Amino acid sequence: MKDRVPDGLRELLAQAAGAGQAAWHTLLKPGDRALLLAAVMLVAASYPLLWRGGVADRAIVKRDGQLVTELALNASRKYEVTGAIGTTVIEVQPGRARVVSDPGPRQYCVQQGWLTRANAVAICAPNHVTLQLAGGSGRNGGYDTLNY
Amino acid sequence: MAVMTPSTIELPVTADDYRIARYAAAAIALTVAEAALPSPLPGIKPGLANIIVLVVLARYGWRDAAWVSLLRVVAGSLVIGQFLAPGFFLALAGALASLAVLALAQHLPPRFFGPVSASVLAAFAHIGGQIALARAWLVPHDGVFYLLPLFATAALVFGTINGLVAARLLAAPAGLKAGS
Repeated sequence: MKDRVPDGLRELLAQAAGAGQAAWHTLLKPGDRALLLAAVMLVAASYPLLWRGGVADRAIVKRDGQLVTELALNASRKYEVTGAIGTTVIEVQPGRARVVSDPGPRQYCVQQGWLTRANAVAICAPNHVTLQLAGGSGRNGGYDTLNY
Repeated sequence: MAVMTPSTIELPVTADDYRIARYAAAAIALTVAEAALPSPLPGIKPGLANIIVLVVLARYGWRDAAWVSLLRVVAGSLVIGQFLAPGFFLALAGALASLAVLALAQHLPPRFFGPVSASVLAAFAHIGGQIALARAWLVPHDGVFYLLPLFATAALVFGTINGLVAARLLAAPAGLKAGS
C-alpha cells in the first residue's frame, strides 16, 4: 500500500513527520502578520457591505395587481385589506412584514412567515392580495422576486 | 524526404519533467483525497493541493509551480470524473487567477513575507477567479456575490492553514532534494 503513495507526497509526509517541533507562530514573518490582519479586516468588512443590499425598507400591498398601500418598515402596525373573499391582515414591524391572517383555504401566504429581504413576496392568491417588500438598493431592481 | 525516419518517437525526458511529475502526482493525490470530503457549500474546499504548489513555487520557481498547478487541475479532474464539467472550469479559473497572483507575490521581499502571505493571496485570487467565472457563465446574476463573504472567509482560513503547512515543510531542516 505504501508503494502506491506518489513519491513526492511520501517525501512530503516523511518530511512533515520529521519536521521537528517548530512552533507555528515562528513561521509567520512580520509581513505575513500584517497581511493576515488586513485580510481579516477586509473579510469582516465584506459581510455588512455585501449583505446590506437586500434589506427592505417598505412593504407594498396590492390587490388584483393594483397598489393598495405602501407601509414603511420602521414602525409596528397592522393593516387590513379587503380582498375577493375576505379580509387579509398584514403586520409590519421594523425591518419585516408578514401576513397574519387570510381567508384563503391553504394559508400559504400566512405560513410563509416574516418576510425580511427586499423583493420577497407573499401571495394570497384566493383573496387576490399580495405583500411585497421593497428595498432602497436598486441592484436587483430588475427582478420581480428573489428567493434565498 | 529521401531519408526514412524511424517510426519511434522519442520525447526526451529531463530531470525537470520527473520532478514536476512527482510533485504533480502528490498534488493530484491530495485533490482526490479532498474530493471525498463533504463540503457545506459547493466551492468551499481546503485546497490542500495548493500546499504542494506553494512548496514548488518556493523551491523551484513560478514556472514549475504553474506546471504542477495546471497538471493538478487537468489530471485531478480526469481522476474524479469532472473533466470539462463546470467544476473543472471553475477549478481552472481559480488556478489561473492564483498563479497570476503568485507571479506577483513571489516578488514580495522574502525578509517580511513568507509562504503564508503567498497562500492567502493565492486563495483570495482563487475564489476571485472562480466567482468571476461563475458570475459570467454559470450564474449570470449578481446573487452569486452574496456568497462572497463566505468564500472569502473560507479562503482566509484555508489559505492561512495551507500556508502554515507549506512554511513548515519548507522550514524542515532535512530539505527536499530534487530527485532524491
